[in-house]
Amino acid sequence: MSAYETQGFKLDNSGKRVVVDPVCRIEGHMRVEVNLDSNNVIRNAVSTGTMWRGLEVILKGRDPRDAWAFTERICGVCTGTHALTSVRAVEDALNIQIPENANSIRNIMQLTLQVHDHLVHFYHLHALDWVDVVSALKADPKKTSALAQSISDWPLSSPGYFRDVQNRLKKFVESGQLGPFSNGYWGSPAYKLPPEANLMAVTHYLEALDFQKDIVKIHTIFGGKNPHPNWLVGGVPCAININDVGAVGAINMERLNQVSQIIDRCIEFTEKVYLPDLTAIASFYKSWNYGGGLSSKNVMSYGDIPDHANDYSTSNLLLPRGAIINGDLKHVHEIDLRNPDEIQEFVTHSWYKYPDESKGLHPWDGVTEPNYHPEGPNFKGTRTKIESLDESAKYSWIKSPRWKGHAMEVGPLARYVIGYAKGNPEFKEPVDKLLKDLGGLPLTTIFSTLGRTAARGLECQWAAHKMRYFFDKMMANLKAGDSATANVEKWEPSTWPKDAKGVGFTEAPRGALGHWIRIKDTKIDNYQCVVPTTWNGSPRDPKGQIGAFEASLMNTPVAKADEPLEILRTLHSFDPCLACSTHVMSPDGQEMSNVTVR
Amino acid sequence: MSTETFYEVMRRQGISRRSFLKFCSLTAASLGLAPTMAPQIAEAMENKPRTPVIWLHGLECTCCSESFIRSAHPLAKDVVLSMLSLDYDDTLMAAAGHQAEAIIDQIRKKYKGNFILAVEGNPPLNEDGMFCIHGGRPFIEVLKETAADAKAIISWGSCASWGCVQAAKPNPTRATPVHKVIFDKPIIKVPGCPPIAEVMTAVITYMLTFDRIPELDRQGRPKMFYGQRIHDKCYRRPHFDAGQFVENWDDEAARKGYCLYKMGCKGPTTYNACSTVRWNGGVSFPIQSGHGCIGCSEDGFWDKGGFYDRVTDIKQFGVESNADKIGATVAGVAGAAVAAHAAVSALSKARSGESDQSKGGK
Repeated sequence: MSAYETQGFKLDNSGKRVVVDPVCRIEGHMRVEVNLDSNNVIRNAVSTGTMWRGLEVILKGRDPRDAWAFTERICGVCTGTHALTSVRAVEDALNIQIPENANSIRNIMQLTLQVHDHLVHFYHLHALDWVDVVSALKADPKKTSALAQSISDWPLSSPGYFRDVQNRLKKFVESGQLGPFSNGYWGSPAYKLPPEANLMAVTHYLEALDFQKDIVKIHTIFGGKNPHPNWLVGGVPCAININDVGAVGAINMERLNQVSQIIDRCIEFTEKVYLPDLTAIASFYKSWNYGGGLSSKNVMSYGDIPDHANDYSTSNLLLPRGAIINGDLKHVHEIDLRNPDEIQEFVTHSWYKYPDESKGLHPWDGVTEPNYHPEGPNFKGTRTKIESLDESAKYSWIKSPRWKGHAMEVGPLARYVIGYAKGNPEFKEPVDKLLKDLGGLPLTTIFSTLGRTAARGLECQWAAHKMRYFFDKMMANLKAGDSATANVEKWEPSTWPKDAKGVGFTEAPRGALGHWIRIKDTKIDNYQCVVPTTWNGSPRDPKGQIGAFEASLMNTPVAKADEPLEILRTLHSFDPCLACSTHVMSPDGQEMSNVTVR
Repeated sequence: MSTETFYEVMRRQGISRRSFLKFCSLTAASLGLAPTMAPQIAEAMENKPRTPVIWLHGLECTCCSESFIRSAHPLAKDVVLSMLSLDYDDTLMAAAGHQAEAIIDQIRKKYKGNFILAVEGNPPLNEDGMFCIHGGRPFIEVLKETAADAKAIISWGSCASWGCVQAAKPNPTRATPVHKVIFDKPIIKVPGCPPIAEVMTAVITYMLTFDRIPELDRQGRPKMFYGQRIHDKCYRRPHFDAGQFVENWDDEAARKGYCLYKMGCKGPTTYNACSTVRWNGGVSFPIQSGHGCIGCSEDGFWDKGGFYDRVTDIKQFGVESNADKIGATVAGVAGAAVAAHAAVSALSKARSGESDQSKGGK
C-alpha cells in the first residue's frame, strides 16, 4: 500500500520494517510492526492482538447471575472490573436497585483496583522503560538519599538503606543470573536518569512490590480473595454486622478498621513515593515529548464511580463522562451506549467475518465469526509462521470499535483531558500543579507518552482519596442504622421478564469498558464486551483510520533500530491488556481446522 | 564468590550452619541416600546457581502471575531475587521481541534438562494453534519446544491444569491443558483461579528446599495443599452440622456467618487450601466474606451447574473421603503418578546446573 494521510498522520510503509513480538510487560499477547525512515523515525505502525479466547460464546445460554465470574476471568490484572461491569449490565437489564452500602463497597473495590493497578503498572510494567537498573549500581547511596529526601519525607531514605538495596542488586547482577532483567536495554542512550535517580526508582520498585500485596486485602475482606474477588447481582455478597451476635462471621468493626488502615497507607504511599518518583523521572524526560497519538484529538470516557447508588447519569459520576472530537476541548460530547449509531465495531482489518464489512455493528447486535487469514500482497511468512503482516489486509484478533465513526483513545489520560475540559477542579488543578512543578510546561505537554503516564499517577492519588470518601460515607450510613448490602427482590429468575437487554459500564484502569447483555427465558442470549484495549489497540477501519496505539508510535525517533525501547515505552504508557481486548465470540458449531495432538 | 547460593539465602533468612547441615542429612535420608552423601548435598547447595525458570503464558488472564506477586511468605521479591532465576516471564521481563526470545534459546541450551518450565494458561489447538500467537508462531509450538528441554513442568492455575474458562463449553478455541499435550515430563498441577499466592510460592520453595517435587495425588496436585476439601476445614462447618443455613443474601443468617451450602457453596466438593491457608496473607477466603466457594480449583468447574445451584451429590460428603478416592475415578490420570515418581530425584540435577553433582565432594 502506498503512503496516505489519516487523522493528521502521514503513513509511509516504505522504510525498514521492525517487528516486536512478543511485546512483554503487558497483560496477554501482542505484536507490533513499524517502518522506520532513514533517520530511524517511525513512519508507520501496525499493532496486532495475538490471542483470542471466545468468552462470549461460552456465556451464551448460561445464568446471567453467573456471568460476572466468567467475565471477571477475562482479565486477572484489572481483576474485578469486568465483574462489576457485568453485574451492572444484568441489573440494568432486570431493573434491580442495589443498597447504598453495596454502592459504596463496590466503589471502594473498584478504586482499590485503580490504585493497585496504577501502582503496579508504573513500577513493575512501565518503570524499566525509563529506569536503567544497571546504572543504579553506579549510584552514590548518599546522593540517592539526598535526592530522595529532597522530594519526599518518606522515612525509608537513609544512605544505609539505599546502600543495602544497591548491595543486594550488585550481588544479583554479578551472579550472572539476571532473571527478569536479562537482555534488557541497559546502557541505551534512550535512558536519561542519573545513577542516583535510577537507584531510588529501583528501590521503590522493590518497595512497591511489597506494598501492592497489602492494597488488595480490601478485595479480600469484601470479596474473599484477590485476584478474582466475588461479586453479586443485586449488591455485594458480604453482609455487615456491627452490633449483634455472629458479627465475627460478617463485616465487623475489626474488618472495617483494616480497610480504613489500608486506605491511609494507599494515600501515603501514593503521595510520598509514587508521585514524587513520577515527578522526578518526568523532569529528566520532559524534552522527550513523543507518543501523543490520538490523545490531543479524540478521547472518550464512559465515566464511573456513582456517588449515589443506581444513578448512572453523567452528573452523578465522579469520574468524568464524555467524548472530545478533533481536539476541541470546548465541547465535551454526551455519549449514549444504547444508541445503535454511536458505538460500532468493524472487522475489515480483523480476523473475523461480517456479512457486510463496510458497516459496523452495535454490540447489542454484535456478530463475531473468526476468520484467521493472514494475507495481503505484503504479507510474509506462512499461516503458522508470521514474519511480517500486511496492514492493508486483516491483521489482528482485535476488532475496530469506533464512536460515531471516530477512532478514540481511552484511559487515565482521556479521563483527565475530559475532566480538565469540563473544568472539574479535581482533575484540572492537579494537572496544572504538575505542569508548574515541572517548570511551567504548557498544557499541550500532556498529549504525550509521559502525559499518559502522569495522568495515571494523578488518578492513583485521586482514587486513594475517593476510597476514603466512600469509606466515610458507608460509616455514616451504618451509623444511621442502614446495614443492607443486597437486594434480593429479583434474585429468583421466575421474577424476570421473558426478554430483557441491558448495558453496564465502568472505567477500568485502562479505560472505558462496556458489557451489553440480552436475556431470553432467564438465560443469556447474547453477551458482548467492548473493552479499553479494543479501543486503544484497534487495527485500521474501512476508512483506513488507525487506532490509538498505532497513532501514538507515529513520528517517534528510535535511538537504536534493533532495540525497541521507545516503542515499548509508548505502548506501555497505555497499560495494554490483550486478554481483555480479544475475548470476542464465535458462533456455536463453527468448523475450524485443528493441529494434531501427538 | 558473588552468586547468592541457596545456602547463603538460608543463612540470610536466619538458618544456622548447624541447622543447614542437619537439613542436608534429612534431605539425604529422604532421597534414600546414605548418610555419607549429606556433605555432598551441602556442598552442592552452598555453591550451585539458582534454578532457572522459564514462565510461559498461553491463553490466560494473568491472574496466576498477579497472585504469585501477592505472596507474603516468602515475599515475591525474595523468590525472584534470591531463590530462583526467573529468566523468562513475558509479564515481568525487561526485554521484548528478539531479545526476549533469545533468552528462551539461551536457557534451553545452557540448562538443557535442568530448568523448570512454569506454564500459565494453555494452548488452543483450533485454527492451527493461531488463537494464541507467540513470536509469529502458535504458542503450542513454543510450549512443546521449551518443554522438551525442561526437567519438570509446573502447571499454574486452572487454565494450565484443567483448561479453565476458555475451555468451558463449547470451548471454541479448543483450549487444552498442558498434560494433554506434553506426555514425557513430570507435571505438577497447582490449580485454582488463581491458586493461593502462598501455595504457589510454597510449592516452588518446597521443590528448591527438599530437592524433589512434592508428593502428588492421582490428579497430579500436591497432596499437602489439595488433599482435603474446603468443607473439611471450613470454620462455618459447625453451622452445616447444626443445620444453620443462609437462606437469602444479607438475611439474619448471613449476618451471623451461617453455612452457605444452600446458596450454592461448592466447598463440599472442592479440594483446596482456602479454608486453612486463606487468602492474601490469611486475611479471608470466599466463604468468610459471605459468598459460597465456586470451586475454582476443580476440573471443569464452569460446567457443573450454576454457581448458586445447591450441591446435591451427597456421596462426596463423607469426611473420610479424600482427593485420591475421587481422583481415582477420573480416567486417564494414572500416568501422572508414575511420571511424578520418576521426577523425585530430577530436581537435584535441575539445580546443579550443568555440573555433575557427585564431583567436587570433599
